[in-house]
Amino acid sequence: MTNDNKTAVVKALAEQPAEQILAEKGQSLWHHAWLRLKQNRLAIASAIILLLVVVLVIIGPMFSPHAFDTIDWEQMSVPPDVASGHYFGTDAMGRDLFVRTLYGGRISLLVGLVATLVSLVIGITYGAIAGFFGGKVDAFMMRVVDILYALPFMFLVILLMVVFGRNIYLIFAAIGAYIWLDMARIVRGQTLSLRHTEFVEAAEALGASKARIIFRHIVPNLLGIVAVYVTLTIPQVILVESFLSFLGLGVQEPFTSWGALVNEGAQDMEIAPWSLIFPALFLAITLFSFNFIGDGLRDALDPKDR
Amino acid sequence: MWHYAIKRLLGAIPTLLVLITISFFLIRVAPGGPFDTEKSLPPEIQANLEKKYHLDEPLYKQYFRYLGNIVRGDFGPSFQYKDFTVTELIARGFPVSLTLGGLALLLAVLIGVTLGTVAAVRQNSWVDYALMSTAMTGISIPNFVVAPLLILFFAISLNWLPAGGWNGGHWLYLILPVLALSLRYIAYIARLMRGSMIEVLRSDYIRTARAKGLSMPRVVLKHALKPALMPVVSYLGPAAAGIITGSVVIEKIFGVPGLGRYFVQGALNRDYTLVMGVVIFIGVLIVVFNLIVDILYAVLDPKIRLQGKG
Amino acid sequence: MTKPAVKPHPSQACRFTLRSFLRLLPVYVSWPLAAVATIAVLTGCSSSNDEPVQVERIVVPKVHLIDGKPDPAVLAEKQILRKGNGSQPQTLDPHKAEGVPSSNILRDLFEGLTGESPDGRIVPAGAESWDISEDGLTYTFHIRHNGRWSDGSPVTAQDFEYGLKRSLNPATGSKYTKILSPIRNADAVAAGALPLEALGVKALDDFTLRIELATPAPYFLGLLNHSSTYPMHKASVEKWGDAVAKPGHLVSNGAYTLDELVVQSHIKLVRNHHYWNDANTHINEVWYYPIEDQSSELKRYRAGEIDWTNEVPNNQFKWIKKYLGEELVINPWLGIYYYGFNLTRPPFKDNLKLRKALAMAVDRDILTGKVTQFGERPAYAFVPPGVSSGAGTYTPQNPPWASWPREKQLAEARRLYEAAGYSKTNPLEVELRYNTSENHKKIAIAVAAMWKQALGVKTRLINEEWKVFLSNRKQKQVTQVFRAGWISDYNDPMSFLELLHSQHGINDSGYNNPEYDALLARIAAEPDAEKRTQLMQQAERLMLADQPVMPLYSYVVKRLVKPYVGGVGSNIMDHHYSKDWYILKHRTEKVWLDKDGREVSSPHDTRDASAGEKD
Repeated sequence: MTNDNKTAVVKALAEQPAEQILAEKGQSLWHHAWLRLKQNRLAIASAIILLLVVVLVIIGPMFSPHAFDTIDWEQMSVPPDVASGHYFGTDAMGRDLFVRTLYGGRISLLVGLVATLVSLVIGITYGAIAGFFGGKVDAFMMRVVDILYALPFMFLVILLMVVFGRNIYLIFAAIGAYIWLDMARIVRGQTLSLRHTEFVEAAEALGASKARIIFRHIVPNLLGIVAVYVTLTIPQVILVESFLSFLGLGVQEPFTSWGALVNEGAQDMEIAPWSLIFPALFLAITLFSFNFIGDGLRDALDPKDR
Repeated sequence: MWHYAIKRLLGAIPTLLVLITISFFLIRVAPGGPFDTEKSLPPEIQANLEKKYHLDEPLYKQYFRYLGNIVRGDFGPSFQYKDFTVTELIARGFPVSLTLGGLALLLAVLIGVTLGTVAAVRQNSWVDYALMSTAMTGISIPNFVVAPLLILFFAISLNWLPAGGWNGGHWLYLILPVLALSLRYIAYIARLMRGSMIEVLRSDYIRTARAKGLSMPRVVLKHALKPALMPVVSYLGPAAAGIITGSVVIEKIFGVPGLGRYFVQGALNRDYTLVMGVVIFIGVLIVVFNLIVDILYAVLDPKIRLQGKG
Repeated sequence: MTKPAVKPHPSQACRFTLRSFLRLLPVYVSWPLAAVATIAVLTGCSSSNDEPVQVERIVVPKVHLIDGKPDPAVLAEKQILRKGNGSQPQTLDPHKAEGVPSSNILRDLFEGLTGESPDGRIVPAGAESWDISEDGLTYTFHIRHNGRWSDGSPVTAQDFEYGLKRSLNPATGSKYTKILSPIRNADAVAAGALPLEALGVKALDDFTLRIELATPAPYFLGLLNHSSTYPMHKASVEKWGDAVAKPGHLVSNGAYTLDELVVQSHIKLVRNHHYWNDANTHINEVWYYPIEDQSSELKRYRAGEIDWTNEVPNNQFKWIKKYLGEELVINPWLGIYYYGFNLTRPPFKDNLKLRKALAMAVDRDILTGKVTQFGERPAYAFVPPGVSSGAGTYTPQNPPWASWPREKQLAEARRLYEAAGYSKTNPLEVELRYNTSENHKKIAIAVAAMWKQALGVKTRLINEEWKVFLSNRKQKQVTQVFRAGWISDYNDPMSFLELLHSQHGINDSGYNNPEYDALLARIAAEPDAEKRTQLMQQAERLMLADQPVMPLYSYVVKRLVKPYVGGVGSNIMDHHYSKDWYILKHRTEKVWLDKDGREVSSPHDTRDASAGEKD
């Protein structure tokens, strides 16, 4: 459940020499990538659908007469009904599922995004430093990554949730702190090869500071990989969150997430199928889209023309 | 190879030490202790119990005591299941988890590789699209949705298979949990396999083989399969880790007495020793499994020689 | 490998247009839709319409009792009972065990001095008879001569003495020493202040046991079927030590003996053929399954894998009522579900008005009618109905406002809320803590909604995992309102009233009223049952006027029992003994049910037109 598409991508990207990317540095790299991506209709369609989901999640609740936490005592667990404004029906506590699904989407997407960003910041910094300094520093830093990599991390996340209680920021941090390892590996591999390119050496000769070289010259060149990584990490995080929700370690009521809704729905699937179907549909479509976009981006950026 | 294996296993010691340290202190800073119950125990009895399990000592002392015990292979008594030692519990839970996880992984590889190969050979046909979108669906639906659906259908509607329980690993009791656990990995391996197979099929030597007039199934089986399997093999490590985690869900839904449930119950009940025991055990398992995968990788790909990497 | 990227050939570069997007759309959404459709079909979306559905029903013969025993002709060949039993018991050592799941099993394994009939009356068991002294302080038990341990050795008065002393020995670490405190010197012995010999329990000879009490306790006989009082086989304790409760080690004196124990899988008991009443026992094997997850339990029940569930999922009431209505058993239970206020910190410290306002603002009828649904009764008093007090059934002391019309309750709640200094513009912000569970979550959501609606209170729900929750409750530092519930170990109002004694371990409200404590002391010393009852009622009224807690509802036992399980009685303690049960011959037949769960002869049988919607 924790390991996804990414593993193979990570491996491929970490081993891919940076010259390839540099060979078409600048305009042409992005231009070509974009041209390739445009051909991938599935990826573009996914991007559009994802955009629609995001827009709906943000503005959708405005189009409902109901609030996400108001109980309608007379309408508990009723099927979808447009007339009453319960477009997706209500849950067992008489709360509107349309609004709850969209609010849950906000949380799920937010968890996905923030945890990914956390991992990006840690991973890029860590990987860039290791790759840039190389030698013993690199060996030591990567050894640490190797050690952490072999930990049964989901188990530690469960422990963490048990210890500190369910707190949404903690969910971000815990998941983010786990997935940064992949990022660190990729970035380090890229940096190692970028390190000895002409422009970095030129910048060094001109007396630029190391931090400046890392963040002005090396990090921007990693954007392509980062983009692929992000699109493949977000769905993974969303699934991890749903796993925690299943164990009862998710967000606090009355707030919710797709994972929590799907879990509740799965328990009531026979008596109230709608409470499973709608959140599951949103969850599946979102994960679909992220994965297709990720695949598309990877193919577009990967010169090994598949 | 033995030299390499031993080196790798020794190299895992720091990993395990970090693991032990993190989980030891994490579970102990958790609020509440193993003997806290709703009714407060009389202080004398509480003190008695704590003394019995050395919980009254300073944390660092307990830590070193624990390390010492582990080196001697003693995981201590379980605080929660008072009639058992942690070693006994793991000895009972592990075969269950191994059966469940092993079969799920095997199924995932067999079906995943087959489907992926078929999709690759028929690239861009409707077969390919159908298989790949199904696979994507498999990846996008959490297994706590799939599992109850399987139970409803096969156990309750059709009444063909049991809805839960383990029954000593009787094969009828295995089918649903193994299936529910492996679906995700079937889907993912199929995608992975398709990608790598397409790449291999485009390579020059396969084209040459085809040009020589060899039939497609023959080419695939004799020449393409082995190189195309490489990404799948390197995915096995993470897949195994994922299956161990995923089995927490499956064990709970199907009432399977495996390590995942021990862990979750142990964590919730502050069974310090049981939690530590399971975490360490699984940590070792992952290390060993990754080693096996690497050896397998080397066997499949003669270009790679086992060395270094540590 | 490193060849530069190929520029897309113009013919390949197809532009992304709206048309191509729309063409792709069906491909794109078809699979998630297909998946969802599968869910819909599998979950029987179709059955949510009014078409009759076919279900299997179990048919059993009518039972004739001959001398109180079932006619052997109706008994099934296989006498195997399979029970869902909640969580995995921590241990089956009767003196170390705690919690309902282990008590259920121990009741089959061991036999105390007294036992219970299926309908909950105290009956002779390990002791054939007993004498109680005039002052109610000395009990003399005449131990049954034909009692046998599962290894065949006789059960003696010394075994009972050893059991009680082992239970109270501080080295054992029993969690139930507190309930034995009526026994003379029990508290001091449990604390290690007095030696075991000082305990008021003595075997006068092999078959006579004398127990001396410090205070009269009308419920004492009922206590003697609690696991902490069970006898213990001394030789095996000495042989096995801490490992005495394992299969193969445990020697028991009840109708069954421990055969297999697989943690998180099952516990299997088999007949103890040495048991004195073995001839009248029917069930040969009892399987206890630890299944915490109620929906999993329900599925396994429906698949025919268990005969008796521990619970049923709360939110499935309508479904269960419709399809399994005849197998659903609901009985009152000796338990109270309540919310506590932390009286040691603001906002509830010295703020009776606010506590009363919050207590009144909750509509308990809606809570039990729409949220818990299974016939739980709204509670305003702390002692649940149906408890026996030694002088008949105890009447819980509802506060006067309990019987007011809802409008009046709300008006008074608002008045008190404002008098406490809060208003719509200056609302109370309060934290409500509960431990992880679907039911607790729903109650908390409902209560928070009621407070918001009635008073405008802003409630923050905090769901904590059990151990964290307990630790916070006990420390009384961060808690404000917290969930609590109590299911009594013995049938007496004091088992509830004592919870709010200032020194009681479970008084997590921090309620400290010397007058109340003094009353409890008087109750403990009062030998007269009538007077004792009056004192208890006085105490309950006094405490409720202070509103340190807010009772919500009294528990019910709710479970599914297959129709072929015979001999099952109902009692307020929910204590059951498998030895009293039997499995009936049975077969299944298919019947059609209409949308209200009534039987119809064929799928197209039209229903009675006058039948209205059932709620």
